[in-house]
Amino acid sequence: MLLTAESMKAPVNKIISFSNVDGPGNRTSIFFQGCPFKCWYCHNPETIHRCNNCGACLETCPASALSMIDGKVVWDKEKCVDCDTCIHTCKFMASPKIEELEVAEVIERIMPNRPFIRGITVSGGECMLHAEFLKELFREVKKMGLTCLIDSNGSIDFSKHEELMELCDGVMLDVKAYDPVFHEALCAHSNHRTLNNLHYLLSINKLLEVRTVILPNYPEENLQTVTHVSEIILDKCDYKLLKYRPFGVREEALDKMGRIIASDEECKRLREIAISKGAIRTIIV
Amino acid sequence: MEEVLKIVQDETLTYHQQLLALAKVAENLDHTIQLSDEVIQAKKDGVICDMGEGNLPYRPRYIIPDYQLFMEKGSKFLELEPPKDLWEACNNLLIMYRHVPSITSFPVYLGNLDTLLEPFVEKMDLVEAKKCLRLFLLNIDRTLTDSFVHADIGPKDTKTGRLILELTEEMQLAIPNLTLKYDPELTSDEFAQLCAVCMMKTAKPSFANHRMFVSEWQEDYAIASCYNGLRIAGGGYTLQRLRLYEMSTKANSIDEFLNKTLPYYCDLMWNLMNDRICFIVEKSSFFKSNFLVTEGFLKQENFTGMFGLVGLAECCNHLLGIQDPKKGFGNNKEADELGVKIIQTIEDFVNSKEAKYCESTNNRYRLHAQVGLDSDGRENSPGCRIPVGCEPEMAKQIAHSTLFHKYFPTGIGDIFKYEETWLKTPMALVDIIKGALAQGMRYYSGYLASNDVVRVTGYLVKKSELAKLDAHKQSLNNVSVFGKGARDYSNALDRRVHESTCQ
Ligand code: SF4
Ligand code: SF4
Repeated sequence: MLLTAESMKAPVNKIISFSNVDGPGNRTSIFFQGCPFKCWYCHNPETIHRCNNCGACLETCPASALSMIDGKVVWDKEKCVDCDTCIHTCKFMASPKIEELEVAEVIERIMPNRPFIRGITVSGGECMLHAEFLKELFREVKKMGLTCLIDSNGSIDFSKHEELMELCDGVMLDVKAYDPVFHEALCAHSNHRTLNNLHYLLSINKLLEVRTVILPNYPEENLQTVTHVSEIILDKCDYKLLKYRPFGVREEALDKMGRIIASDEECKRLREIAISKGAIRTIIV
Repeated sequence: MEEVLKIVQDETLTYHQQLLALAKVAENLDHTIQLSDEVIQAKKDGVICDMGEGNLPYRPRYIIPDYQLFMEKGSKFLELEPPKDLWEACNNLLIMYRHVPSITSFPVYLGNLDTLLEPFVEKMDLVEAKKCLRLFLLNIDRTLTDSFVHADIGPKDTKTGRLILELTEEMQLAIPNLTLKYDPELTSDEFAQLCAVCMMKTAKPSFANHRMFVSEWQEDYAIASCYNGLRIAGGGYTLQRLRLYEMSTKANSIDEFLNKTLPYYCDLMWNLMNDRICFIVEKSSFFKSNFLVTEGFLKQENFTGMFGLVGLAECCNHLLGIQDPKKGFGNNKEADELGVKIIQTIEDFVNSKEAKYCESTNNRYRLHAQVGLDSDGRENSPGCRIPVGCEPEMAKQIAHSTLFHKYFPTGIGDIFKYEETWLKTPMALVDIIKGALAQGMRYYSGYLASNDVVRVTGYLVKKSELAKLDAHKQSLNNVSVFGKGARDYSNALDRRVHESTCQ
């Protein structure tokens, strides 16, 4: 890293002041832009790529909140009415509404929430793309007496970031599929690192929960993933089985993924299996 | 007497509601308390409102009996011995409640039920205790048919407190209103979570900032009616209110408002309160002969006068020429600062005047942020609240509340409406409440958007009961009709729904 802590910046897609769905208690969630995966069922595909400044969204913004300056798209936060038209316009799975923020700026946004939250959760995109930034951020957040959680798909090697791991209070890891071929098809990326991370995080006692999305059209793959993950994590962390929901999934992916919600019966069956394999802390969400 | 006939013929009123309305007509025939021309004009202009108290107060508005004393020694007048078990305790209380007057003639305070009843519950099998409490609560809901009837629990976790929460969820009753006296050091996280879940499902209990109330009232305070802080063995003589929006239309500038208009009406209302309080204490029979007083359940010196106000939001917006309420008070620094200045001015005024018969509150009246009446419409938002539908995100709404809550020891509060996911994460909600109270919020209420029992402005109603009134049927609950008005005229049920995540 050539950049110093003072000038280090990271692309932030969104900061949510209060969230009750990103770890225990009430938390501030910070979503970073960019993700190495490209999952079919991604609900926020606009977080995947960085904007390539093609300019297409400028035309459709009803509030004139977007402009092109020196070949770069600039977003005027004050003018924006949050209609998300730009995101629907964009064909590159990007968003023009990204802020490049310094650690101090992120801290400034967290500060007013401090009395009401027990910690922050960093998410994405894939927040571990910005591991150096996270290290500085966590250092500051810890000084505020708050906990720091990482929400990750495991595509970056956690074991290479020991210092960050020491600062971090826990990781919530997505294991999208156990079978490498299916994972490659589903996420356009190998799951090799994710599985290594699963073992590594368990070994250093930082795994808070694992999550797997249960897909309506892939019962065998569901079974395989749930079985293996359960055998690995046992009772050492929570295992959340998330029901696939078609809302927000991009049109071309819906044919593969299905237009229905994963059934309760299927989820319950998988939960039974997970528990029988030793993952007694399995719940359906 | 057209009015009398109208009451007698009104098919939507129950017998008791008719009786009360008729009594009010009779009371208002008397003019012993003389009103100055200025007060009469101010009432006509809608700047001062007497909260329907009537011309001739024959009892204090809010009465907070010392039920602990009643448990210990029973009552000579009621010919009741101190109770020996839970059945007797509940029965004694139910008898007592029928003899506690108030402005609506229903008791606005039922006691700190868990601490009152815990010694008896502890001696009893839990199943039987629960049965007894179930009948007790059912009796209250069906006989004290008024949502201003209010009970307190906490701050400590008790068996009784837990049973009351269980029953509140199971029975889904609008009555009584319920408050948890919450102190993160005295109240366990587990109990706070149970209360949070119950609050989401049934709109109660609300969370009261125990430390804040204790700092102003000492330990023996009660939360009664909507969210009114008052002293036990005392209460509130009267509540009059300034309608700040109407008042703001009387001034041509902010300066004029702060330096002329506001002091003028404050003075008028203060004197009106003084006249009424002097009458209750000196001329009415209440403090001379009522058994609550003669047996020591009430002491005159523990009463105070409640100096109320509504419509700060609309007042500030009007004075600043802000047309769109979404860009005004609550979402606008200038408007908020003006609001604080106005409230500070009112507080300074009240503190500058020595009030008679308010010994326990330093011989001063205390401010009250009134929740509004059904007839207020959208011109006057409750107390210092942000207009319904204009609420900013939750963190900002809380921060806004904390600007004002410290000024109102006799009551102020804010309400939050959540979507379902919060139910799964009660600890997240407790985190927020803890933070809110630590930041200086006095009183926090909430409910799920999907509930039948919902909080209108301070009191609870069932949406299903409102549907009855819509169909021109009677509602047993006295205040359903207020809820209907608040819903129809003030859009009081349309407050912002806070999602699982809010920016
Ligand atoms: S956000 Fe998408 S559409 Fe807009 S300029 Fe960037 S790449 Fe183009
Ligand atoms: S969300 Fe996008 S399209 Fe909509 S106003 Fe903001 S920048 Fe413009």
